[in-house]
Amino acid sequence: MKTKLLTLALGAAAFATVSSSASAATLDDVKAKGFMQCGVSTGVPGFAFTDDAGDWQGFDPALCRAVAAAIFGDPKAVKFTPTTGKTRFTALASGEVDLLARNTTETFSRDVDLKFTFGPVNYYDGQGFMVRKSLGVSSALNLSGATICIQTGTTTELNLADYFRANNMTYEPVPIETNAEAQEKYLANACDVYTTDASGLAATRAAFEKPGDHALLPEIISKEPLAPLVRHGDDQWADIMKWTLNALINAEELGVTAANADEMKASSKLPSIQRLLGGEGEMGAALGLGNDWALNAIKANGNYGEIYEKYIGPNTAIGLERGLNGLWNNGKGGILYAAPIR
Amino acid sequence: MTVAADFADEAEPFRISQLIYDKRYRSYTIQVVTMMLFMLAVAWLVNNVIENFEALGKTFSIDFLWQPASYDINQKLIEYSSRSPHWKAAVVGILNTLVLAFLGCIFATIVGVAVGVARLSKNWLVSRLMTIYIEGFRNVPVLLWILLVSSAFSALLPAPRQAAPLLGGGFVPTNRGFYFPAPVFESGSGILAIIFVASIIGAWFFGRWADARQKATGEILPVFWIRLGILLVPTFLMYFLLGMPVGLDIPELKGFNYQGGLFVRNSFMALWLALSLYTGAFIAENVRAGIQAISHGQTEASSSLGLPPSRTMNLVVLPQALRIIIPPLISQYLNLTKNSSLAIAVGYMDVTGTLGGITLNQTGREMECLLLLMAFYLTVSLLISGVMNVYNNSVALKER
Repeated sequence: MKTKLLTLALGAAAFATVSSSASAATLDDVKAKGFMQCGVSTGVPGFAFTDDAGDWQGFDPALCRAVAAAIFGDPKAVKFTPTTGKTRFTALASGEVDLLARNTTETFSRDVDLKFTFGPVNYYDGQGFMVRKSLGVSSALNLSGATICIQTGTTTELNLADYFRANNMTYEPVPIETNAEAQEKYLANACDVYTTDASGLAATRAAFEKPGDHALLPEIISKEPLAPLVRHGDDQWADIMKWTLNALINAEELGVTAANADEMKASSKLPSIQRLLGGEGEMGAALGLGNDWALNAIKANGNYGEIYEKYIGPNTAIGLERGLNGLWNNGKGGILYAAPIR
Repeated sequence: MTVAADFADEAEPFRISQLIYDKRYRSYTIQVVTMMLFMLAVAWLVNNVIENFEALGKTFSIDFLWQPASYDINQKLIEYSSRSPHWKAAVVGILNTLVLAFLGCIFATIVGVAVGVARLSKNWLVSRLMTIYIEGFRNVPVLLWILLVSSAFSALLPAPRQAAPLLGGGFVPTNRGFYFPAPVFESGSGILAIIFVASIIGAWFFGRWADARQKATGEILPVFWIRLGILLVPTFLMYFLLGMPVGLDIPELKGFNYQGGLFVRNSFMALWLALSLYTGAFIAENVRAGIQAISHGQTEASSSLGLPPSRTMNLVVLPQALRIIIPPLISQYLNLTKNSSLAIAVGYMDVTGTLGGITLNQTGREMECLLLLMAFYLTVSLLISGVMNVYNNSVALKER
């Protein structure tokens, strides 16, 4: 009996030591799994949606695919996990997803307190309001007493409270979980106003039967720098996210597209292009990836500009102008300015 | 002398093997081993939490409860603004949960008792309808009922601007909620309240007096009607004598929404209806089981004494059935209270929505928030079952 008891105790002790915490080397885990897990939203037209074949498409999934291509050379080596505004951070912190690309605003508390590392901003946004034109409201300052649909667990929830308080106005918040639910409530007139990031409003409105009946109010009440994020404590993984996005932006600046990337690598004499595409230097190896990491990332969905044009640009139903999200040197007021790859 | 006694007399030295093979010690061995395994499992879980917290660089602290919450809550029973601390947001949520659970339990009981009795009706149509109701509600997840009622409200009812007020403008159903007239208490309503309380006490004393009189003389008074009179007549008289001190605040369409009156949000209505009807179906089955468990002889005996069916039910069957009904009723109340955490599905700001929802999300304190939430639900559930057990003891069969 003695021996038996001892075995039991030892077994239990061994069990206890197995209790693993979130491993530090995410890249190794991802490589071992053979795919990356990416958290996206539950569905915002243009930004994240499933196509007819059931594959995730959109501005945010495109970034996930670029990162997967940088790691595996295969943009399809991603599993997508739809998350709500409420579940997204838990999903990332618990290791359910490796990367969160889900129109998430970078803030101090999310970085420092919730312990996430944000990549470069991939969309400069701000919180706006959408109302029915028939209400005859022309400014957010006329919204006192309105019923407002708002996604819970977001920064917009806090901005809204601050804005109405600062302007001495009252409102009735209707908390909802997903964009689809908000759309349903708003269209049923169960709320007068829908507020979220202006890009999200434009995207949502584009999917309406009669987009012309709805107006975005001129006030933008907050800064919402949307960026991808990963867990604190794994710098290598954070670097992969950061430099993949930087590579996509730099590629646009250098004129490298999905179509001409291979050709550019073979023929371009520009050192900056050669460094980007792995023709010279050992940039990829330093990241723990192959030397053609950026080349593969660009070939996945094209450069930043191509992704923008394909999913949310002026020629799509969403119709978002580049505005702040244009390149810094195109002379149209853009502020996209990616650190150079050298 | 018996063999067993011989065996016991022998002073046998204790051997380790007795821990397994001797009946007297084996149960201790099993208990000790089980206890050790249990402790190891707990230690493993706690250790896991501590290690993961360290790995994430997080600390365990509830200081965040004193930070400003920064978000607004639509339904609040106490003073609350976005500048109030997180603990106050939690209290607002707790009160919302309790209101829902309390009103839900009351309505579920009313529905349950009525349906349970009606299901035993000799009227074929009534009993079949009740069967359909019970089976329909019991066998579909309550979340679906909540979502169904909620989307029916927001899709079928008109928006405030198109809404048609009913009952002379007093009652306005809209797809945002229901507006009722709210009482406005002016000076003099205090006197009215005192008179009403006095009437309640008077009605109670009258009941006791009538009981005593019935025991002494056998005469039965129309207690119900006299009580109703005692309750209402003085209050109504004083209401008009004092010049109608209690007015009604009628909701009016102003700007985006109706203003004034009492506003009951759709989220609350949907939850309250769905939870009550769902739990009511279970209670109805408990009630039916309780009534059917009373032997038919009791009913026959009561009839042969000349008691009419309604009195048979009230005086003979129900008091005995209650003893059977109450224990499962307690667990239905607990179910309803715990199911109220589904509120999040329709955006009702209960404690799961505030403390376990927005606060958790904005502060990132998952462990702390969830532990607090669990502690709250545990406390409430234990309180409910404690109170109901006291009541159960008071109606249980007294064995002397």
